Amino acid sequence: MISIQHISKSYKDVQAVRDISFEVQKGELFGLIGPDGAGKTTLMRILMTLLIQDEGKATMNGFDVIKDYKKIRNIVGYMPGRFSLYQDLTVEENLNFFATVFKTTVSENYDLIRDIYIQIEPFKNRLAGKLSGGMKQKLALSCALIHKPEILVLDEPTTGVDAVSRKEFWEMLKKLQEKGITILVSTPYMDEATLCNRVALMQKGKVLNIDTPRKLVENYSRKLYAIKSKEMHRLILDLRSYDKTDTAYAFGEYLHVTGKNDEVEASEFENFLLKKNHTKLQVFDNEPGIEDVFMDLMQE
Amino acid sequence: MNEKVIEVHNLVKKFGSFVANDHLNFDVYKGEIFGFLGANGAGKTTAMKILCGLSAPTSGDVKVAGFDIYKETEKVKRNIGYMSQKFSLYEDLTIAENIRFFSGIYGISPKDRKAKQEILLKNLDIESAKDSLVGSLPLGWKQKLAFSVAIFHDPKIVFLDEPTGGVDPITRRKFWDLIYEASDRGITVFVTTHYMDEAEYCNRVSIMSEGRIEALDTTENLKKQYAAKNMDEVFLKIARNTE
Repeated sequence: MISIQHISKSYKDVQAVRDISFEVQKGELFGLIGPDGAGKTTLMRILMTLLIQDEGKATMNGFDVIKDYKKIRNIVGYMPGRFSLYQDLTVEENLNFFATVFKTTVSENYDLIRDIYIQIEPFKNRLAGKLSGGMKQKLALSCALIHKPEILVLDEPTTGVDAVSRKEFWEMLKKLQEKGITILVSTPYMDEATLCNRVALMQKGKVLNIDTPRKLVENYSRKLYAIKSKEMHRLILDLRSYDKTDTAYAFGEYLHVTGKNDEVEASEFENFLLKKNHTKLQVFDNEPGIEDVFMDLMQE
Repeated sequence: MNEKVIEVHNLVKKFGSFVANDHLNFDVYKGEIFGFLGANGAGKTTAMKILCGLSAPTSGDVKVAGFDIYKETEKVKRNIGYMSQKFSLYEDLTIAENIRFFSGIYGISPKDRKAKQEILLKNLDIESAKDSLVGSLPLGWKQKLAFSVAIFHDPKIVFLDEPTGGVDPITRRKFWDLIYEASDRGITVFVTTHYMDEAEYCNRVSIMSEGRIEALDTTENLKKQYAAKNMDEVFLKIARNTE
């Protein structure tokens, strides 16, 4: 279990983390969701005992991040945002190195990494620096797991990774969770929030909200419309000029639009846009997603 | 949108025995927003480097902004803009210094530069930050500024390599407002992204897999063709993992 109580951290005049508190339960897959500068990495580095907080207290499976840092380092696995393995060692040498550092062997915990390592095993004699992005990611995860950690912390493992590899990576995380590992993972991709048990939505060092992805969406209180027409860019501009529009943002094929208040009806948007000569117009009620929730919280 | 600004016929690029680009064929039109998608390692970066005149094809005919990619590389470079998340502006120069530097490279006269700089700063609402180091700006500002500098010399085409990584969802959408504006001005936008919702904002999209273009059409037609409800599904069906 991870416990975070009133943690704050500043770098000179930048407040990177501002009074954050939450708990991650044993065996939970917990996501920190937010853009660059939200404070995700700083918080993780504090939990990993690599950085000391200015204020507050944090424990990992009961161990204090300051007092018990040596004990914590034995029970956590960490995958930093930047690829941090030895580029001039081979795949196999990296794995052996990390196993040895933790006084274990690759064979002892091979069970845990088999599904992941098997995909890069054909390249075990290749230098880590010569691997493709997806393979580096799999090697880094294998190395983070080789000492059978109780808690796994992953800092933006899917950033810059294509949609196919991202999907595979999350499937790997689900399997690790089934083995009882507590997982804290950060991501800037809002759609990945739905793959976590609970998430903290973060922005500028603060937690905007914490809940299950489903509850976050259910608690979105505003009326949301999806709108589409033949000319999407003109549609955005026209809607933003309409005095009954609050927000109008592109969401894939449609725009997601909110009114100044919830009394604004779909028919009002429709009539306004028809007067602006929009064709192939569609206006309908829409279910919000995590990204709608996040954008709404950002504006408060 | 009839004027072709990029023409690619049977483009092949080999590194030793490895075929990074395997007979690519496509055209891109004036003012079009063209999404260039594919899994990591599918060959997108290789093709982009060729289109920007930074790497010569092994074979095939390629024209960019009306110029031959083999013989008129320098003319190609003058008529395109480029921005990526990894490289955009000099962090240890101020906003004004960056603009001066890039203006110098593209041969914009000081008089024109001053007039255009004023408009740029006003449009982005950053007049007060003119003398701030780019490194000190929030990421969202940097990206918008980098894009504006990439089209400062009014290129025919701007290449954007994953321009929106790491920013919050509102800033990401504001960045797309700039893309739409450039397209309205007749600038062709050639863009790669890992956000599949952004693929929907493109006029047409190509999807590469293992060095080949597996699909190229409007998002509407691609979704129909692959019986998918969104571009994410289309992408997952086409872009098999190549590793």
